[in-house]
Amino acid sequence: MNSLSKQKDIIGFGALAVIIIILPLFVESKYYFIVLNVIGLNTIVVVGLNLLIGFTGQISLGHAAFYGLGSYFSGVLTVNYGFPLWPAMLVGMLATGAVAYLIGYPSLKLQGHYLVMATLGFGIIINILMGELEQFTGGHDGLMGIPPLTMGGLAFDNDLKNFYLIWSFVFLCMLAARNLLNSRVGRALRAISGSEVAANSLGVNTADYKVKVFVLSAMFASISGSLYAHYITFISPSSYDFHYSIQVVTMVIVGGMGSLWGSLLGAGVLTYISEALHVAKQYHVIAYGVFLCLVLIFLPEGILIGIYNLFLKAKTKKHIMKADRH
Amino acid sequence: MDFSQQIAQYIVTGLTIGAIYAIVAMGFNIIHNATGIVNFAQCEFISLGGMFMYSLVVLFKVNLIISFFISTAGVALIGALIEIGPIRHARSKEIIVLIFLTIGLSEVLRGTAQEVWGTDNVGVPAFSGENPIHLLGGGTIVPQHIWIFAITVLVMLLLHYFFKKTLMGKAMRATAVNRRAAALAGISVNRMTLFSFAFSGALGAVAGIIIAPISTTSYDTGIMLGLKGFAAAILGGYGNFAGAILGGVILGLLESLGAGLVSSQYKDAIAFSVLLLVLFLKPTGIMGYGEAERV
Repeated sequence: MNSLSKQKDIIGFGALAVIIIILPLFVESKYYFIVLNVIGLNTIVVVGLNLLIGFTGQISLGHAAFYGLGSYFSGVLTVNYGFPLWPAMLVGMLATGAVAYLIGYPSLKLQGHYLVMATLGFGIIINILMGELEQFTGGHDGLMGIPPLTMGGLAFDNDLKNFYLIWSFVFLCMLAARNLLNSRVGRALRAISGSEVAANSLGVNTADYKVKVFVLSAMFASISGSLYAHYITFISPSSYDFHYSIQVVTMVIVGGMGSLWGSLLGAGVLTYISEALHVAKQYHVIAYGVFLCLVLIFLPEGILIGIYNLFLKAKTKKHIMKADRH
Repeated sequence: MDFSQQIAQYIVTGLTIGAIYAIVAMGFNIIHNATGIVNFAQCEFISLGGMFMYSLVVLFKVNLIISFFISTAGVALIGALIEIGPIRHARSKEIIVLIFLTIGLSEVLRGTAQEVWGTDNVGVPAFSGENPIHLLGGGTIVPQHIWIFAITVLVMLLLHYFFKKTLMGKAMRATAVNRRAAALAGISVNRMTLFSFAFSGALGAVAGIIIAPISTTSYDTGIMLGLKGFAAAILGGYGNFAGAILGGVILGLLESLGAGLVSSQYKDAIAFSVLLLVLFLKPTGIMGYGEAERV
């Protein structure tokens, strides 16, 4: 980590903090608050998922399930069993992490795309259980009356308060991801994404790191799920289906695999598009598909770095053309 | 109906759906062997096969047999176009990018199908009537089940013949073993990849067409069938053709027996739980080649 990129990070996070603090001053309608809050929730999931996809080259198509586990642990424990709010969230996070470990450990020991299948199967199983375990989850009708989170005497019971709560978590999660990437673990991860064989031969236990990153990304999703449950106060299985897993994967790719700030951008752009298409829901699937395809074909680095590179290329071309003329 | 008859009925149903999974798994395997990618657009090939068949037979009153071939060829063409267009022209050739690309293409195809046909489930007439046939054990099956078995067996035999006996089949197998060496031996690897997509399209279409009279069809009917076909491929050993058949049959039987004896709401959960279990105990699948590469 050189001092330049450290400086850049400080500027980036400083700017993010300032934007988070002052943005509500400019937002007037309730609608945009909801959109911003959903962007925040998705960003947390996407940052975690991007650690997995961007640095280990593994695919998860089951992050809807981890997100859902967070929501359902928070919802079921607080509504049905009168659990205190924050401990319920913590229990959800730890349980999700444990489940992710059980799935990740066997499938990541192997070379190849076993994790895709394992997470895909797991996601479908969890989604079925949400609907069928009616006595706990409320079944397909969903679970209502989840209490808002409180801190001291303050209840996070409106869009503005939830904005600050959710975006504080976004800030913390991004900071955690950034620090992780700049630590020993991060260097190992970057080595893995460079060349797994080389990393392995230099003594990096690649399988071990992959499992850890997978568990961490599942826990991020779980935190986001808990926040969602307490914010919306109602959860139902349809929010956690296969399509959500695809959505967050798309956000990772559009933002750029392995790019922390790209995750924020990807979540922002695609969440906004989904919300804007709310009236024409049938175009949802096409829009995501087209976006995903275009970015993958033309800007596989993601829109942030991809467009920057195109810009650089155009600039050098101009220089060359100028030089030619002389 | 006594218990043994019931079991017989579940087994027949399980074998039928298992045959479908086997065909789909074969489609996954062919593309995997040619390119190393998991082609999630396979799911859409199934839906499109069913919906093309519905349009031709029900809406345009085209002869059943002609419709069958037009639908299959149509989806094979879509498979080929996917390869010629996006897959071949993607700027990054990394496997992970291409896998994501098939997910994106799958979304585009499904979204388009939804626009064209709407979201309703529609029926396709059975190939030869609905009169049930009584089995020796006392169970009954509709003729469509027999069609499914017969067509599946035929497809498998054709594939076997193609890959073992024809020059092109051998070239495709060579490409699967080692792309570079195949290219050096004068095989056009691009063309083999193209064929593998067209084949998978045709296989998906056949699966979608023959199951449609039994389970009806819709724009997204292929998602679950496709994902379970993928599961069957992994169960049998990814890339292994005999494994695809075995995986499909096992998955179909488990699902059908699970639905009948345990609970129909949980049938998908049962199928995928078994898959996870196999993945953890013997990740190379039942017929997998030796040890999966450990990192």
